[in-house]
Amino acid sequence: MQQHRDTPFGTGVQPFSEPRVRIFRLDLLLLLATLGLIGFSLVTLDAATADATASAHFYATRQGIYAVVGLILMIAIASIDYSRFRELKTALYLTMMGLILMVLALGGVTRGSRRWFELPFFRFQPSELGKVLLVLALSAFVLDRLRYMNDRQTTSRIMLLALAPTLLVMAQPDLGTGIIYVNIALALMFVAGTKWTHFAALMGVAAAAATIVLVIAPAVGMPVLKGYQKDRLTAFLHKNNADPRSQGYQLNQAQTAIGSGRKTGRGEKSSQTRLGFLPESHTDFIFAVVGERFGFVGAAIVLSLYALLIWRSLRILTIAKNLYGALLAAGIGAMLMTQVFVNVGGNVGIMPITGIPLPLMSYGGSSVIVTLIALGILQSVYVQAREAAAGKSESLA
Amino acid sequence: MYLPSGDKRMIVTPGLALRVAILGGIALVLFGIIFFRLWYLQVLSGDKYLAEANDNRVRQVKVEAPRGQIVDRNGTVLVDNRTALAVQVMPDKLATDSVRRARETRRLAEVLGVRPGALRRKIRHDWKAVPFSPVTLKTDVPLDTVFYLQENQTRFPGVEVERIFLRKYPHHTLGAHLFGTLGEVTQQQLKESRYNGVQLGDRVGQSGIEYEYDRYLRGRNGASRIQVDALGRPKGELSVRPPKPGKQLRLSIDFGVQKAGQDALASSGKPGGFVAMDPRDGEILGLGSNPSYDPNVFAKGVSESVYKRLQDPNNGAPLADRAIQGLYPTGSTFKLITATAALQSGLLTPSTVLFDGGSLNVGGISFRNAGGASYGALALPRALQVSSDVFFYRVGLMADQRGGDIIQKWARRLGIGRPTGIDLPGEVAGLVPSPAWRNRLFRKHLTDRPWTPGDNINFAVGQGDLQADPLQMAVAYSAIANGGKVVTPHVGMRVEDSDGRVLQEIAPGPKRRLGISSVTRDAIMSGLRAAANDPGGTSEPVFRGFPITVAGKTGTAQRGAQGDQSWYVVMAPYNDPRIVVAVTIERGGFGAEAAAPAARKILAAYFGIKGKKANGTAGNAPN
Repeated sequence: MQQHRDTPFGTGVQPFSEPRVRIFRLDLLLLLATLGLIGFSLVTLDAATADATASAHFYATRQGIYAVVGLILMIAIASIDYSRFRELKTALYLTMMGLILMVLALGGVTRGSRRWFELPFFRFQPSELGKVLLVLALSAFVLDRLRYMNDRQTTSRIMLLALAPTLLVMAQPDLGTGIIYVNIALALMFVAGTKWTHFAALMGVAAAAATIVLVIAPAVGMPVLKGYQKDRLTAFLHKNNADPRSQGYQLNQAQTAIGSGRKTGRGEKSSQTRLGFLPESHTDFIFAVVGERFGFVGAAIVLSLYALLIWRSLRILTIAKNLYGALLAAGIGAMLMTQVFVNVGGNVGIMPITGIPLPLMSYGGSSVIVTLIALGILQSVYVQAREAAAGKSESLA
Repeated sequence: MYLPSGDKRMIVTPGLALRVAILGGIALVLFGIIFFRLWYLQVLSGDKYLAEANDNRVRQVKVEAPRGQIVDRNGTVLVDNRTALAVQVMPDKLATDSVRRARETRRLAEVLGVRPGALRRKIRHDWKAVPFSPVTLKTDVPLDTVFYLQENQTRFPGVEVERIFLRKYPHHTLGAHLFGTLGEVTQQQLKESRYNGVQLGDRVGQSGIEYEYDRYLRGRNGASRIQVDALGRPKGELSVRPPKPGKQLRLSIDFGVQKAGQDALASSGKPGGFVAMDPRDGEILGLGSNPSYDPNVFAKGVSESVYKRLQDPNNGAPLADRAIQGLYPTGSTFKLITATAALQSGLLTPSTVLFDGGSLNVGGISFRNAGGASYGALALPRALQVSSDVFFYRVGLMADQRGGDIIQKWARRLGIGRPTGIDLPGEVAGLVPSPAWRNRLFRKHLTDRPWTPGDNINFAVGQGDLQADPLQMAVAYSAIANGGKVVTPHVGMRVEDSDGRVLQEIAPGPKRRLGISSVTRDAIMSGLRAAANDPGGTSEPVFRGFPITVAGKTGTAQRGAQGDQSWYVVMAPYNDPRIVVAVTIERGGFGAEAAAPAARKILAAYFGIKGKKANGTAGNAPN
């Protein structure tokens, strides 16, 4: 259902008797990567959870349902003009803050974190939806200050707008999502043209904050990070911990799983997954399942699909019909990039584990649906760019 | 200006292009790092990690949950748990080559005293069903066998001793027929929804209360997952799920009543059964069968020879529960049902007088009173008091002439000839003979004659083809006692947690309500009261001196070569019955001879009457 919309040229009124044929074109490469990852996710989940006591295909079935819901939303969003979101920036920002505050006050608790609401069909995680809302709102705010990008004030205001939700999700505590929020803000400012010196200053502030949180605060007896967070941050440095409940042990098992997959994977013989040595094999460590089951080949295919996603987001950034679209593409690209690198990096043992889901692969309704909504926005930017270009060439002809 | 502002068409400036290129470059570098890391892990060090993964093994150790206790209505423990030792084997630690493996299993079978073939089959079967988990070979292994196995561990690879729970019956034969037995869950049962959460090798209730209330009594087994290396050495515990003990089941059984009933039957020395029930709601106070057995023999699995002996009719078939499976004609105790039918259908009024001249001639056959007695002209209450057969022969004949199976219908309504719905498996239906039933058999040449009025005459006094068990009689008498409610008898009363807090009440409502008029009830009750209290009453000698007024009916059923079946069904106290007792004893002679004294003992236990008053004169010196 496409509504009447301003065309770049002409009156904007279509002759009723002769409707213009609008070929609704999605970015097929982006769609291909999306569907490929969903397919990989279903196959891997089914294998990872085959021995679980729940009914045999429980996780894969649920993930499939989430994906279908997400794909419908994705197509719906792709078919509307993303530019409208710009006017809603304040409402979107307040919605995001409201949801995150609400979950802090009322949400359910898993393993000491307050991250989700119990809904009839799945656990809704507001901080996931918050990522997309932040991209939509913050891009609009950046755009409003576009004339003053060189002001220090602009940089600090944008950073403040991003840090407010960041601190709230870190209080849940959800360190990983906080990192994504910050990266989204940095990417938006980077693309919008914030001065290099401002970035350098931000780096300095970040380094100082890290020093305070990690060194000075614990030294004076006011630890900011929870015990398990510190464990996670430092576990990848000492993996040979023998206690099976420790982070180091789990990372070690994940690495063993990936390594044992060798070139082509162990298939049905994937004992690390099947015997339950991999903790959280359907969420945090799903990439390790891919590595064990499908080997280097499988892992490389999954990574290539992610590379395709990132490349398409950068490509869409450059063809967007307006700057708002470009910023959206940058924000979504940064979000995906951060998630993939932090999650996979954790699995292969070069990054701390932060509990970030691997987009489209990890089991979870909030993550899958929100990622597909983000990809829908990206598709919308693409569709609008194509239509603008088509309109232009048509009128020139 | 670095970028054009607003919604105007965007132009990619060199500045923007540079920044996008930098973003792309960052992405490229990050992907590159991950690819190289993957290459290192999977291609360069893959073999090392594969060896590490193969060294990782898990063993799941079941932590058995104790089953819930079964207690009587006052909390006396009837079924308890005890720990025992079970010998298990880890199949993956047995030799892989078949000759050595066969030698190992044969050696093990010898020590445990089981057949090598059966042992091998069990190992193969269980390993397939639950891999990486030990297979239990024998439970309740004596301590010296355990010591022998442990001292010679090298000769018995993979053998382990595990502590398990077995059932214990502290009162031995008491209530044996109620509890039922446990057994390993079968493949067939695993598919049923009532066994959700049960795993192969778990033991579940297979009969009696253990079966009926299994889902409450069985707990949920815990599990401990232990990581071991390729040599089976434990490296650490991966996860533990603590066991959840089963819930406690409180029965409506009264220990004293149950014991009195079983003792009374045992002292008669003859096979029989009894039921004591609260007529108001169907709570079973006592239910037993003689001969009994000690269920402790089943606790660890019974040998075939013992099992055969427990089923042998020549031995009295101790496993048979005569209270719910015994099928006997009920003799004169059936007169309550005939009386109800006659009064409710208008065949008689309480004051209708019929003449008992000692015999009734129908179709050339003479139906006589027992003992050659003749009671002259009498109405229904008096006929019940003295148990005039001729009076009820006449009622049977009248009913047959009226047609419409009046007595049969009322018998079924009162619960005869069909299962009562008690919460014990294995209940039988019995038989209410009717013209249609016999004529159908005759048409199929399964019997020598069609229905005759004589059949109904016999049926009216509980003789002939009628088949009922004590529980059905107790239910029928309860319906009169409570004014028309056909109760659902039940043994289970409450499900509780281990501290006795109530989790669920078990109170099945009545099966149906019969509109029995108070005129009918009063006539029958007064007749039965007189039978047990007034001079000339059939059980008056038995209940002489009993401090509580009861209303009861004797019965003596002729079973041909099997001798006379002694019956007694009694309600007490007379004015507001709180207990109905039905007793039957095979070859017990007259109802007043064997069954009524036993019933008196049960009532004495229920009302807390002790000493001479409890047993009465008849009990001490049977006439």
